[in-house]
Amino acid sequence: MSLTLQVSDISKSYNGNTVLDHCSFSFDAVGTYVLTGPNGCGKSTFLRISSLIEYPDRGSVAFYAEDSKLKENMDLKRRITLVLPKVGIFNTTVMKNAAFGLKLRGADKAAISEKTHRALEFVGLAHKSRQNALTLSSGETKRLGIARALVIEPDILFLDEPTASVDSKNTTIIENILGSLKSANKSIIIIATHDNDQAKRLADRLLVMKNGKIR
Amino acid sequence: MTPLLDGLGKALILIVSLNPELLDIILLSIAVSGTALFIATALGLPCSALISLKKLPARGLLISLMNTFMGLPPVVVGLFLYLLLSRSGPLGFLGLLYSPSAMIVAQAILAFPIVTALCHSAIVNVDPLIRQVSLTLGANPLQVTVAVIKEARYGIMSGIIAAFGRVMAEVGAILIVGGNIAGYTRVMTTTIALETDKGNFELALALGIILLALSLIINSMLHVVQKKGAVSLQR
Repeated sequence: MSLTLQVSDISKSYNGNTVLDHCSFSFDAVGTYVLTGPNGCGKSTFLRISSLIEYPDRGSVAFYAEDSKLKENMDLKRRITLVLPKVGIFNTTVMKNAAFGLKLRGADKAAISEKTHRALEFVGLAHKSRQNALTLSSGETKRLGIARALVIEPDILFLDEPTASVDSKNTTIIENILGSLKSANKSIIIIATHDNDQAKRLADRLLVMKNGKIR
Repeated sequence: MTPLLDGLGKALILIVSLNPELLDIILLSIAVSGTALFIATALGLPCSALISLKKLPARGLLISLMNTFMGLPPVVVGLFLYLLLSRSGPLGFLGLLYSPSAMIVAQAILAFPIVTALCHSAIVNVDPLIRQVSLTLGANPLQVTVAVIKEARYGIMSGIIAAFGRVMAEVGAILIVGGNIAGYTRVMTTTIALETDKGNFELALALGIILLALSLIINSMLHVVQKKGAVSLQR
C-alpha cells in the first residue's frame, strides 16, 4: 500500500520573510519529481514541511494510502524520509550509520545486516562499511546519506540538493544512483536541486518553484 | 632528606607487601568515590540532557548554577551535610553521620554539578544536524535524545572522569561527615591528613604514592578520551 502526498495551500515565513506562499501540489503517482529554482526560493522549506520535519504557518500536508487520509503519527513518519543537504554523520562506522533507521524500528540483526549491506553496495560503499563514517569524502558522505535513507525502504523519499558541494565524479555516481531508483519506479522520489540540467536529467516530472509557489 | 627517604622506603615496603590496612583504605576510597560517582552520573546525565535538549524556562539560571557549584568548597558541603545529618539535624533520624553512606552522599553532591555541567557542555556541542537526521530517519523524542547523547559520549566520559578525579582527591567533606574512623570511614585522603598530623609518614606516603598513581591513571584516561573526542570533532 504505497503513499501519496497532497500539499495544500501551505505558507511559511521566517522573520517576516515569506518563503512559501499558498503553495499546493499533489504527488499522487509513483515517480521522480524534481523541484528546481534558484537558491533561497523555498525548495528546502517545501521539502522539510512536506516530510513533516517542520510545520507550515498555514495550509496542510496530508498523506493518503488507497484514498484514506493517514493520521500524522510515528508510523507515518517512519514511512517517509528526507536526505538533508548536509548529511549529518554519526561518529561511528559506515555500516552503523546506514543501519541507524532500521535499529530505530527494532529490526532484527539479520535483516539489518542484509538490508544495510545491500544499500551500501547499491551506493558503492560496501567496501568501506567498517570504516569510521567521518573519514569519508563529501561525495561519499552524500552517498551514505542516500544509503541510510534507502535502508528503511521509504514510500516517499525526499532528497534536498543531493549533489551540492560534491565533485563531478561523485555527482555522476549520485545521479546514476538516483537514475537507478527512478528506473525501479517503486516509490515517490522528490528531489530539490538548483541545477536545471540535473533536474531535467532526473525528472519524470519537473516542477519549478518561483515566488514561494510551485509552477 | 633522611626522614623523607626513610618514609618513602617504608611506604614502598607497605605497598609491595600489600599491607592489609593499606588495602582496606584503598578499597574503601574506591568504593565510596565510585558509588558517589555512579549516583552523580545517574542523576547528572539525565539532568544535563534535560537542560541541553529541552526548552526549560529557567535554563540559563540552571546552567549558571551548575557552573557555580562546580567549584563548591568541600568543607562547606561537609558542614551543611553535618548539620543535616547530626542527631539534632532534620535528617538525624537516618543515623548516617560518621558512616561511609554519609561520605558517599557528600561526594555525590560534589560530583553532581561537575558531571551535569560537563555533560551539558558535551551535549550542546553535538552537531545540531544529528538531531535533525535522527528525526528524518524516524526517531521518536527518546531515540533522538539517545542519539545525541551517544554522539556526545567522549565529552560525557571526560566529565565523568574529571568528577572522579575531583572526588578521589577530596578530603574536607568526607573528613567532617565520615569522622575518619579506623577500619570504617578512613579513606586515602583522610588517612594522609591524620597520619601526617601524627608524624607517621610511611603510611601517609604510601597512600600519597597510590593517590598520585590513581590521579595519573585518571588523567591519562581523560587525555585519551579528550584526544579521541578532539579527533572526531576535527573530522
